[in-house]
Amino acid sequence: MDDTTLVPIAGNGLLPLRALNRRQLLTGLGAGALALPSAALAAGGRPPWMQGAGAGMRGYGTPSPAETVGRVAIASQPGTTGSGASRTPLAALEGTITPSGLHFERHHSGVPTIDPVAHRLHIHGLVEKPLAFSLEALERYPLVTQLRFLECSGNSAVNLAAPEAPDLDVATLHGLVSQSEWVGVPLSVLLEEAGLKPGAAWVIAEGADAAAMSRSVPLGKALDDAIVALYQNGERLRPENGYPMRLFLPNYEGNMSVKWLRRLKVTDQPAMTKDETSKYTELMPDGRAAQFTFTMGVKSVITRPSKGYGLGAHGIYPITGLAWSGQGEIRRVEVSADGGRSWADAALEGPGGPGAMVRFRMPWLWQGQPATLVSRATDSTGTVQPTREAIVDARGPQSLYHYNGQQRWQVSAAGDVRNSYV
Amino acid sequence: MFKRLVSPCLAGLLLAGAASALSATPGAPGLGAPLTPAVLAGIELTVLPTGEGLPSGEGSVTEGAALYQQHCQACHGAEGQGGMNGDLVGGVGSLATAAPKKTVTSYWPYATIAFDYIRRAMPYTAPGSLSADEVYAIVAYLLSRDDVVPKDAVLDAQGLAAVKMPNAEGFYPGE
Repeated sequence: MDDTTLVPIAGNGLLPLRALNRRQLLTGLGAGALALPSAALAAGGRPPWMQGAGAGMRGYGTPSPAETVGRVAIASQPGTTGSGASRTPLAALEGTITPSGLHFERHHSGVPTIDPVAHRLHIHGLVEKPLAFSLEALERYPLVTQLRFLECSGNSAVNLAAPEAPDLDVATLHGLVSQSEWVGVPLSVLLEEAGLKPGAAWVIAEGADAAAMSRSVPLGKALDDAIVALYQNGERLRPENGYPMRLFLPNYEGNMSVKWLRRLKVTDQPAMTKDETSKYTELMPDGRAAQFTFTMGVKSVITRPSKGYGLGAHGIYPITGLAWSGQGEIRRVEVSADGGRSWADAALEGPGGPGAMVRFRMPWLWQGQPATLVSRATDSTGTVQPTREAIVDARGPQSLYHYNGQQRWQVSAAGDVRNSYV
Repeated sequence: MFKRLVSPCLAGLLLAGAASALSATPGAPGLGAPLTPAVLAGIELTVLPTGEGLPSGEGSVTEGAALYQQHCQACHGAEGQGGMNGDLVGGVGSLATAAPKKTVTSYWPYATIAFDYIRRAMPYTAPGSLSADEVYAIVAYLLSRDDVVPKDAVLDAQGLAAVKMPNAEGFYPGE
């Protein structure tokens, strides 16, 4: 055994990454609890699934019946079924891609059933040539690929608004964020084809859902990296993610990436729609509200250990989680096991890049000591993820949106984990 | 207010966009079909704060009270409050308190937003079913609950755009 492997790199048991790669350490530290169930051996060396041919091929695969993972905290406005949200089960997933069927949802009047042949994207307003595009037509344009997180600006809001830390799991608290590989047509190409007129400054986007959900997008963003997305994770968009086409605005609050995109009106001013005034604005303690706060801030969250994913036998456990920033690339994630008194750098994984979510990992030696686990991310602008206290001090608990405070998990001597502000 | 949103960087992009619009994007097949005014008239829903996009028609507070009972009350409560979904009125003056109440009358900066939103999204089970006159009337009724307009008001495009909302100055461009 490497003598330095078990030397903590920060307080309360944080270990160097190589601790996760040393099997012999597990042998020395309660590995008995990790022993696999011996069903295979009990079957005399040939379990039932080895005693006959398995199932045949099928047109579209689904997860193993043994897997029960699904979206969580599904809630809709009273009297409705499709006016609300569902959340990505963050703690149950690994890597950095969110399976399309587990991408979070936020709908304002349900998921429309759209005929992809009849659907059109209309572009009009301050343009030379008002145009309509079919899905078939858009397929013939040069497509671009973007690995990007998408986060609802209301994600994590309960941890800002609730005066005491609510006893909720990571998916319920922070599951309005997901990551996909989005493929689509650069919006700039379509706007150029229509021809912008002088005075063009905003693009009003509208969906083909029953609420005709609408948001105003600055023209600069529309011409920069906005796409009309047609594919998600290699296949056509799922209905709940905007089939057959959605606006996708990297790094901006999720509500602006209007799903089921039907209409883009170029204007000289924002439309001040309900969802950019009544909602998605941040009310300050003085009664005024910040509007058009589009970019999602630098953020990270430990997904395991977390509530419901506690600790058992004493030994080495991986601390892992996700980090992302709408301001640039994630450059660093630090982890603390002593509530922020000492920190160590976690290892970062994933393709990364601007607007991409990365995974972080840190080994931790837990020997029954109470602990408070925290992570904080730093992005390529040098911005460090703030504490909850800093955000409350800066803009009060009623500002709701764009909350990116550090998540703290309190670990008890019994290995249970719960949400904490302290 | 909105000019300030156009940063030097963004202004550069605008210029770049305007310049490049003169030439076609390489590889772009140019497959957009002409969008005729007739088709556009059938799908246009956007109302700007200036009132641009408001249709002709008018509606009174009195008419709105009856329409509200018929189409809105089941979800939003009698007289705009106390329903199973969000309160639409009340809370004027509460925004700077520890218990702010955000409603159409207390929070929304322009009356045009209410017309735009009701016409595009409400009633929840039958969006698009209300006539322009009916939408004007319901907006007039809601605004009258907090005396934003008089109890005998009749709103049309011009009148609606001229309404001064209690929180008209309450928003500023964030970072």
